[in-house]
Amino acid sequence: MSDAAACPACTSLPEGQLEKAASNGTAEIILSLPGIHCVGCINGVENALRALDGVANARVNLSMKRVTVGTDQPVSPETLIDALEMAGFEARVLDASLLGNQTDAYGRGLMTRIAVSGFAMMNVMLLSVAVWSGAIGATQYLFHLISASIALPAIIYAAQPFFLNAWRALSVRKLNMDVPISLAISLAAGMSLFETFYGGAHAYFDAAISLTFFLLIGRYLDYRSRKAAASAAAQLAALEVPRVMRLRDGARQMVDFTELAIDDEILVLPGGRIPVDGTVVTGNSQIDRSLLTGESRALNAGIGAHVTAGEVNMTGPLTIRAATVGGDTTLRKMVTMVDQAEAVRNRYTAIADRAAAIYAPAVHLLALAAFLGWMVFSGDVRLSLNIAVAVLIITCPCALGLAVPAVSTTAAGRLFRAGLLVKDGTALERLAEVDTVVFDKTGTLTLPAAARDAMDPETQSVALALTQNATHPVSQAIAASLDNVRPATLTDQQEHAGKGLSARYQGQEVRIGSGAWLGAGKGTYIRIGTGPAQKIALRSQLREGAVDLVRAWQDAGLETHLVSGDDADETSRIAQALGIATWRADTKPTDKIAYIAALARNGAKVLMVGDGLNDTGALAAAYASVSPATAADASRAASDIVLLNDSLVPLIELPLVARAARARIKENFAISTLYNVIAVPIALAGFATPLIAAIAMSTSSLTVLLNALRLKGRA
Amino acid sequence: MNVLVILIPASLILGGLGLAAFLWSLRNDQYEDLEGDAWRILSEDDDTPRGS
Repeated sequence: MSDAAACPACTSLPEGQLEKAASNGTAEIILSLPGIHCVGCINGVENALRALDGVANARVNLSMKRVTVGTDQPVSPETLIDALEMAGFEARVLDASLLGNQTDAYGRGLMTRIAVSGFAMMNVMLLSVAVWSGAIGATQYLFHLISASIALPAIIYAAQPFFLNAWRALSVRKLNMDVPISLAISLAAGMSLFETFYGGAHAYFDAAISLTFFLLIGRYLDYRSRKAAASAAAQLAALEVPRVMRLRDGARQMVDFTELAIDDEILVLPGGRIPVDGTVVTGNSQIDRSLLTGESRALNAGIGAHVTAGEVNMTGPLTIRAATVGGDTTLRKMVTMVDQAEAVRNRYTAIADRAAAIYAPAVHLLALAAFLGWMVFSGDVRLSLNIAVAVLIITCPCALGLAVPAVSTTAAGRLFRAGLLVKDGTALERLAEVDTVVFDKTGTLTLPAAARDAMDPETQSVALALTQNATHPVSQAIAASLDNVRPATLTDQQEHAGKGLSARYQGQEVRIGSGAWLGAGKGTYIRIGTGPAQKIALRSQLREGAVDLVRAWQDAGLETHLVSGDDADETSRIAQALGIATWRADTKPTDKIAYIAALARNGAKVLMVGDGLNDTGALAAAYASVSPATAADASRAASDIVLLNDSLVPLIELPLVARAARARIKENFAISTLYNVIAVPIALAGFATPLIAAIAMSTSSLTVLLNALRLKGRA
Repeated sequence: MNVLVILIPASLILGGLGLAAFLWSLRNDQYEDLEGDAWRILSEDDDTPRGS
């Protein structure tokens, strides 16, 4: 807030815009463009955006289906989206944490390490081939020495992530996968250096560096699929209003939210968010409750009306008497609730971590046993140590490190092409176990469509006349809803790009278009003459693919439920249309969480599909969750998978891909175990040469990678 | 076998050049948008690359 206030132009803006300006303090906005696919789209999007005031640059990334917009003055993402919608492109605002940073230093550092270790591996392998083919004496010594001078610096640089992680785990007296990895790499390199100087035949430089190379690939894939660290509770908390305008003895003063007391009177300007629960004392306005209830219809709030924290005041100033303050407001209670739900969700342990917990101690014990056994048997420290190192290298979890990330990356890539963004690395594992789906209704299975009921006959005919020849999807939706209406006679029709349409009707100007253009809030409005801007009220209509989705998931063996905050009539109508047998209407956010908790207590693994802030708790509480990109920020943060398109069709294959991915992961574990079962006895018996180690390691890693790639084609 | 004294450094230098070229391309955002850049050459609009 302080940044925006420092700008002299911002202090004169109404409260709501001030808030927006603060959120755009960074000069970059990233929008997701699910529909783009060709060079025409690239040019269309970039030109539409560059034509706007305040946009310095716009650059489309077709592979990631997103556009990065550089702004030199505050522009709200909604303005950009409106401009793109008018130009015919679907656009969504997605927070940067969800999309991943464009210039992420860590990912690039890993890629550089992969390149360095790959380069070193190729060279050392070539030298090793000469040694394996029978080089002896001085040649062998020379080759070992060159290998050492390439491999050692490369390992010291490239294997740093493993050493650091292992050290971090050891310093809190824990074992993780990186401890055996670091031990194997450093022991193999150290032992080989020793052997080189004492003229030994076996040097494992190639093994040490290829181990690093394959594991780094696994680490990179893992990094790419890791969870974007955004907390839904933090997103919700951001909706709180930190500074409030209090009216006391007729004077206005700005005070901290925490200083408010019950029965204080608070003034909320148009565009401002309501900070407390309370009743309206003076003023008359429209209230946007969509963030809290999922209902898209704006409500009239006059004197005596109850309002809730988190709602947005749209048209006129309101004075509100606070009924609850501080930690008791509805919004704050919701934050606490979601926080608790998220804490439970984080207890899920990924398959890979469960495997590591068993694997790490077993490997150490095995290597130690080999060392002790050979000490007793032969009494030769050098031979025993050599065998222990061979065991460590052979058992080292190359394939294991690749088994999970290779599969999740392939599956996530496939889903992304279909229009689904997988946010959490363990999401697919959890989705594969899901047996029950709970759908939210409004905004998820149904989309708002223009409804005629709210407009009087005159407005209807004007709206139809304005929109009937327009190409914009919103115009078409409005025109489509107004069948059997006679269009009014208009003159001087004009289209205003990025804004809306205007014309003259009976000597007055009529306009239809975005709320920003008509001086109202979010959404589409119509205004006749100098009258008030009327919101084009919205009615629910099934989202594209909803029927197919429900049927396909039922066929896939999932039990479907519908839970809505809407009334029973509407909910049962939708449930019937979709063939969902179990439904519940009139639910509050807490009821939704309780509903899911009850299902979970009966042993069900629940997938929640929802979008509103009222679903956030349920999304966080469910075993896995999906939300559309139109959902509230907090809901997207709470869900594992974000649906980028308007259509629900891409979701159909989701459980199938998730199950296939889990099957591949299990196969991969089986494959790498099989290699170990064959190679470990050889190592224990002391027959493992560097050649056998290299073959076992490379083939197992490649098999696992190829098996993961099978996911690309079919489910 | 004396030829090794030349051949091994030569192979290392060539490999090193490849590595340097890859790292250069990585740092110059050459892999940021593989599909989009492939399409952009077909566009007749005045479209200068990022950063220039």
